[in-house]
Amino acid sequence: MTTPAPTTRSRWRLRVVASYLLLAAIGLTMLVPFAWMVSTSLKAPAYAVEFPPRWIPAEPVTTEIDGRECRLAEVAGRPGLRVAVVRYSPQGAHVQAVSPPERAGERLVLPEEELRTVREVRFHWDNYAQAWRARGMRVREAFSGLLKDVDCFLVFYLNSIIVTVCITVGTVFTSSLAAFAFARLRFPGRDSIFLGYLATLMVPAIVIMLPVYALLSNLRMTNTYAALIFPPMFSAYGTFLLRQFFMTIPRELEDAAVIDGASPFAVYRHIIMPLSKPALATLTTFVFLHSWNDFLWPLMVVDHLALKTLPIGLAHFQDSYTTEYHLLMAASVVVMIPVLIVFAIGQRYFVRGIALSGMKG
Amino acid sequence: MAEPLQPQAANPVSSRRRRAALLQALPFLLPNLIGFLAFTFLPVIACFALSLSDYRLAPIGSLADLREQVRFVGLGNFTRLLGFGREEGRLVASDPLFWRYLGNTLFLMLGIPLSIAGSLLLALLLNQRLRGITIFRTIYFLPTVSSAVAVCIVWKWIFHQQPNEIGLLNSVLMNMGIANPPDWLGTMEWAKPAFIIMVLWLSVGGYNCVLYLAGLQGIPRELYEAADLDGAGAWARLRHITWPLLSPTTFFVVTMSIIAGLQGSFLFTAAFLMTGGGPAGATTTLMLYIYNYAIAWHQLGYAAAIAAVLSFLVFTFTLINWRYGQRLVHYS
Repeated sequence: MTTPAPTTRSRWRLRVVASYLLLAAIGLTMLVPFAWMVSTSLKAPAYAVEFPPRWIPAEPVTTEIDGRECRLAEVAGRPGLRVAVVRYSPQGAHVQAVSPPERAGERLVLPEEELRTVREVRFHWDNYAQAWRARGMRVREAFSGLLKDVDCFLVFYLNSIIVTVCITVGTVFTSSLAAFAFARLRFPGRDSIFLGYLATLMVPAIVIMLPVYALLSNLRMTNTYAALIFPPMFSAYGTFLLRQFFMTIPRELEDAAVIDGASPFAVYRHIIMPLSKPALATLTTFVFLHSWNDFLWPLMVVDHLALKTLPIGLAHFQDSYTTEYHLLMAASVVVMIPVLIVFAIGQRYFVRGIALSGMKG
Repeated sequence: MAEPLQPQAANPVSSRRRRAALLQALPFLLPNLIGFLAFTFLPVIACFALSLSDYRLAPIGSLADLREQVRFVGLGNFTRLLGFGREEGRLVASDPLFWRYLGNTLFLMLGIPLSIAGSLLLALLLNQRLRGITIFRTIYFLPTVSSAVAVCIVWKWIFHQQPNEIGLLNSVLMNMGIANPPDWLGTMEWAKPAFIIMVLWLSVGGYNCVLYLAGLQGIPRELYEAADLDGAGAWARLRHITWPLLSPTTFFVVTMSIIAGLQGSFLFTAAFLMTGGGPAGATTTLMLYIYNYAIAWHQLGYAAAIAAVLSFLVFTFTLINWRYGQRLVHYS
């Protein structure tokens, strides 16, 4: 080992600074769309599209002159002078001074280029209320009549929560049981059944969706919660991930319990499950985020407004509000918030899970 | 202590034990296995069966006329999908749209190598002992966990270009002195690059980056220390230590990216919400084509045939990658 000479130390410091700069620059790029989303969601409709774009929502300040709303402006080169623009003509802008007090009421004609519109930061939080209410999209009846005439986003939210929670609990519960059987029990046909699970991992999801969609459609079961919940619950992925994890738990840990006559269920319940918390947390986060964001399957099996989940509900909203970007952005923020919270909580497990499943795959 | 699984029916004790073992396993297995068979395994087989039929879904069907809906057509769907005929001496595909959309799908996959290279660079940056590094990792990962629908709506807004309305991206480009920035989503030549830009933003800091980071953290530090002693520079260390030792990760990342790229579930969402597959089919991928046949046009048989071809492509790519890519992998 060489002792770090002053030059290497300063080079090291330079590297750290360069790294931070680069990291921050990339991070900003990543955040720009999100920031733009929030920024637009707080703008008044008239100022949603502006060139050059404005990051912090601000609007021209107006004042009433002779019963008309007139924009306030400052005049270049005359500090302290504020005027209200009454009208424009070929001669320039006809303005009336507002301040300082001694000049108030004075009328002037100024070249347009000299005027600087006075703006004031204003956040339109009511966009969120408007998006949430989504006029024209009210749900007449949801949850078999439990809710009548409600805001559509409330229904989308509840649907998303119901569907996601059911899928997540169902997946984690059933696949942990099956994974236990594959990892710890011996029974005839075990390896060939597991091979069957593995074989479906590579098949494109649409291959699986088409026949299930046809079946549900023939049974008239589209537009039901069952159609949203059960088919996505049984992909081979969860069983595969947990089985791989269970295999890494040393058998010695359960030997003593087995000798004492513990049933397989007791081993599953009291030994394997408590030891697998990280893997279970990983799977939970994965499945939760995946089904919360899932678009294609709900799109295929649901077209009643009362049954839509957030992603397809938002897509529907976009269809009706194509050009009202301030509302579209507000709705997008509303849809995104829970995901970000779950990610913030489950982040550690999520990242670990990718590494785990990735390396094993 | 592997228990022999060969049939030993002659031995009643063993047969009873096997039955007991099966009975013990069933309560664990069944809840998942039944669902798996019904909603994953059998549908795969059913899809290949459907691809041999001209199954048209009646808008409101009943089980009774199912037999009328399904007619066995053998490989008819596949000859229509993949076949070529002669017209005025020229070879003409019998379903030119399929080839076009296959082309679109492959073109949009051109973003993959860029994205993987970007992920590797990001992972190298993130693999330093710097304070607050997890914040950056979280930020880079945000697009991956965000709702795809919301992401697509925002990007549509960013790419926006109307006579009097200029979206964020084009405003920035105009500020940089580009007088006539493209109408990203409205023109055939720019719609695909727009999608690739969006996918790059989405995926650079996503799964691949995390996988690379895990790979980097698995490289023993001693190797770098030894290289330092030999006076190796940063490039030499990257070239002779990092890259070879990361090759299993690269192999995995490439395989998964190709599989995901062919299916293109994000690009489906993007095309569905941002362009409707247009302009003039420029952003229609195979997934959207399948969706249109199945859901919009009710022709499930033909949709199943396209899906079968898609699986075949996924399978072939994976196999090629496995067979030839594996050779480039360096296992320490």
